Amino acid sequence: MLATSSTFEANARAGLANPILQRALALMQSGFPERRRLAVERLPEFEALRDIGKSIKDHTLKHLDFYLELFEANVIASGGQVHWASTADEARAAVLQICRSVDAKVVTKGKSMIAEEIGLNGYLEQNGITPVETDLGEYIIQLRHEPPSHLIAPAIHLMKEQVADTFRAQHRSLDPARSLAEARQLCDEARAVLRPQFLAADVGITGANFLVAETGSSIIVTNEGNGDLTQTLPRVHIVMTSLEKLVPTLEDAATLLRLLARSATGQEFSAYTTMSTGPRRAGDLDGPEQYHVVLLDNGRSALLGGEFQDMLRCIRCSACMNHCPVYAAVGGHAYGWVYSGPMGAVLTPSLIGIAEAGHLPNASTFCGRCESVCPVKIPLPKMMRYWRERQFAEKLNPPVYRAALSLWAWMARRPILYHAIVELFSRALGWAGRDRARFRTLPLANGWTAVRDMPAPEGRSFHSLWSEQQKDRTGK
Amino acid sequence: MRVALFVTCLVDLFRPTVGFAAVRLLEAAGCTVEVPRAQTCCGQPAYNSGDRANAKAIAQQVLDIFEGYDHVVAPSGSCAGMLRVHYPELFANDPAVLPGAQRLAARSWELVSFLVDICGMRAVAAHWDRKVTYHDACSGLRELGVKDQPRRLLGSVAGLTLKELPGAETCCGFGGAFCVKYPDISDKMVSDKEAEIVKTRAAAVLAGDLGCLLNIAGKLHRHGRRIEVRHVAEVLAGMTEEAPPIGVPR
Amino acid sequence: MSEGREQILAGIRRALKRGRLDAARETALRERVAAHRRNLVPARATALDDAGRIDLFVAMAEEVQATVARVASPAAVPEEVARYLAAENLPADLVLAPDPSLDDFPWDARPLLRIRRGRAEAGDAVSLTPCFAAIGETGTLMLVSGPGTPKTLNFLPDTHMVVVNIRQVVATYEDGWDRLRSAGAMPRAVNFITGPSRTGDIEQRIELGAHGPRRLHIILVDDRQKAGDGEDE
Repeated sequence: MLATSSTFEANARAGLANPILQRALALMQSGFPERRRLAVERLPEFEALRDIGKSIKDHTLKHLDFYLELFEANVIASGGQVHWASTADEARAAVLQICRSVDAKVVTKGKSMIAEEIGLNGYLEQNGITPVETDLGEYIIQLRHEPPSHLIAPAIHLMKEQVADTFRAQHRSLDPARSLAEARQLCDEARAVLRPQFLAADVGITGANFLVAETGSSIIVTNEGNGDLTQTLPRVHIVMTSLEKLVPTLEDAATLLRLLARSATGQEFSAYTTMSTGPRRAGDLDGPEQYHVVLLDNGRSALLGGEFQDMLRCIRCSACMNHCPVYAAVGGHAYGWVYSGPMGAVLTPSLIGIAEAGHLPNASTFCGRCESVCPVKIPLPKMMRYWRERQFAEKLNPPVYRAALSLWAWMARRPILYHAIVELFSRALGWAGRDRARFRTLPLANGWTAVRDMPAPEGRSFHSLWSEQQKDRTGK
Repeated sequence: MRVALFVTCLVDLFRPTVGFAAVRLLEAAGCTVEVPRAQTCCGQPAYNSGDRANAKAIAQQVLDIFEGYDHVVAPSGSCAGMLRVHYPELFANDPAVLPGAQRLAARSWELVSFLVDICGMRAVAAHWDRKVTYHDACSGLRELGVKDQPRRLLGSVAGLTLKELPGAETCCGFGGAFCVKYPDISDKMVSDKEAEIVKTRAAAVLAGDLGCLLNIAGKLHRHGRRIEVRHVAEVLAGMTEEAPPIGVPR
Repeated sequence: MSEGREQILAGIRRALKRGRLDAARETALRERVAAHRRNLVPARATALDDAGRIDLFVAMAEEVQATVARVASPAAVPEEVARYLAAENLPADLVLAPDPSLDDFPWDARPLLRIRRGRAEAGDAVSLTPCFAAIGETGTLMLVSGPGTPKTLNFLPDTHMVVVNIRQVVATYEDGWDRLRSAGAMPRAVNFITGPSRTGDIEQRIELGAHGPRRLHIILVDDRQKAGDGEDE
């Protein structure tokens, strides 16, 4: 997917100025966090499970090569095939080759962020194959030619009127006089329109929330049932996934599954949690004839053993962005790529480079709420800071900012000078603001005073007052 | 207990009243308070900007200056968090300095949580007839677990009623350099905070971090609101008669 | 293909600053997998006795808009099917899983039910399947694919009915995994189904029946009173 992360500031401004988006974000804020809170309250073991989930992932990452080989052996033993793709190009090529081998015309897709990452839909279209998104949110944005704006609810930025407009514009064979005022009607229409596509598809592509090394299985966690229709009806099932989705055993998967739905939507368990292992068996009446796993690296193995390894624990629940005040202000599209919110701020620079994605780890107050709700305890603010360190080392920050910072640090290491300057500023600003005790404008502080007043200092620095007070005490 | 006050640069420049309130409270709790003269900054601006070298240099200075006290107390969750949580991280790969950083970290506290958790303070003598609401500053809340302690002490202030702020734990949008690097986003966040504060119909809003307070006060005043903004220490120390609220002339 | 494989594995080892794990370490990891120890399991379902567990399963399933009908014997199942279809105003056509576990219900006693055995096709409105296990902790049905249990029955029709015997009700997913392992090789698909299909993709409002079934009706055969009924599903 093409990135627009470098224009984050303009993207953010557009998001802030978009009243429909703001309404949608307000809905999100009043929904997900409260539901998660209730689900967590209801499971006394939740906090303990977070620690266990973290350690399962850490263990797996530390031995990822072993578990990948075990996974592959079990996929093959159950009649499936594994395609190892170092790069996005290799992954796309693998998918195309599989589609060509069965002369595929139509491909249905369950939700896959990996497929977004590698720009699979556009590539298939270029090669004469029609991809059809079947997750309702993904279908809507496919019709609108928009990227997803959220990890699990891709169309969360839209209100139902916009969805209705899109359906009217795209479903032209349907009665124009029909009502699409209610979400119910929109869902029913999507169901009816997509059902024939499910049945016509030659290939079905799903993502994977987890891969289980013990059995060579892939697990998808959905609510709609589209993922299941996608992987059952066509002749070929392709699992698009990445290295770090692996867990060792079914029991490990169960632990992480207990964390996932609760963290994502506040559900106890999703409507459909499906484990698939290989193609149809002899005697099965349905199911795909072929089962392929495309394992994508695309920069993930390079994160192992380094500062960002913890990011590979991510189970793609979206809790971080659901609780992020910056995401809630600007929406997912502002981040400019597949992954948004705090997890996007950490992952995106490692996949597309810090030069392109530099704003993302900077547009954070480090409030820490993301880390506090992450089911696998990823220290997101810390890793955003690591990105800032890399930028600083590579001199990627604006020069004025670096200069101001250097000056501040220089002064802070010279206490006598520092105190004199602080006293000077507090007197000067205190005097300048003596009537109103605040400034509507202040030179060099336009970023602040454009939208809020600056309270004036009290007129003397604490240290100067304290010294005087100490002198008075000892002097008398 | 021999306590060193970590003044913080914002208190030093903008509002010494908060420092004096801290001293008063610490002395009321039975501490002897000293203010090392050579202190300047905790180094967080450099640290959060990725300038590890300067952050370390400033931190080293802090380690030297604050050696030898029983405790180091700051009227700020973000500065106390810097000392308590981040100094050991800063020097994690520095075996010569790390022990000193860990020693300081173990002795460093945010003011109100120090009073309640370490000094065992349960009530203050102050009185203030106000309906107030309270904003939980992020660092204090999430790095240091400051949540119940200010509410406990505020509950003992005669005449004061506390109305909980919906979204009290939501960031106000200050975030240090964030508020000037991404002013539009910061504005949205502080506007949301303002809206929640106004809805409580409280006469005053309090918090434990001056950065948040300057941000919130600035926004309220820009919109002509008369809601008083104060640091919680001023209220607990009974200094509400001595100093006007933030951004209000004498 | 294998070039990508070697590249990726080498990249992983390089990043972790080691070569391939030695034989001892690999053996230990294989043993860890073979042992598949349970991690912490919530007490919610495990702390209950049989009756409590069954009640929990029913309560959790109903919470997510599945409907549950308790019948006292397998013989009552066709009657419940007919009753449900009539109550929901659905035509009396259904496709039954060809699984032997459904053979012995007295379907002949309900001649007005038009039954087909097999997988689901595009036009099917109602299906009836057995299940492999029922998980108490979240009211979740565990269904596995096989010659008698084609997966399309769980997803294509608008209404999905599932026959559950109380002996199939277990406490946790881990209990389900244990039963699955004893049953033999992994099936192609294991479906954990918790309530009917739904979406919240439009303004966060939950709507049922997105692509999968709009209705999930669980027929719980509670034949505890019958002594000597040794039939296992």
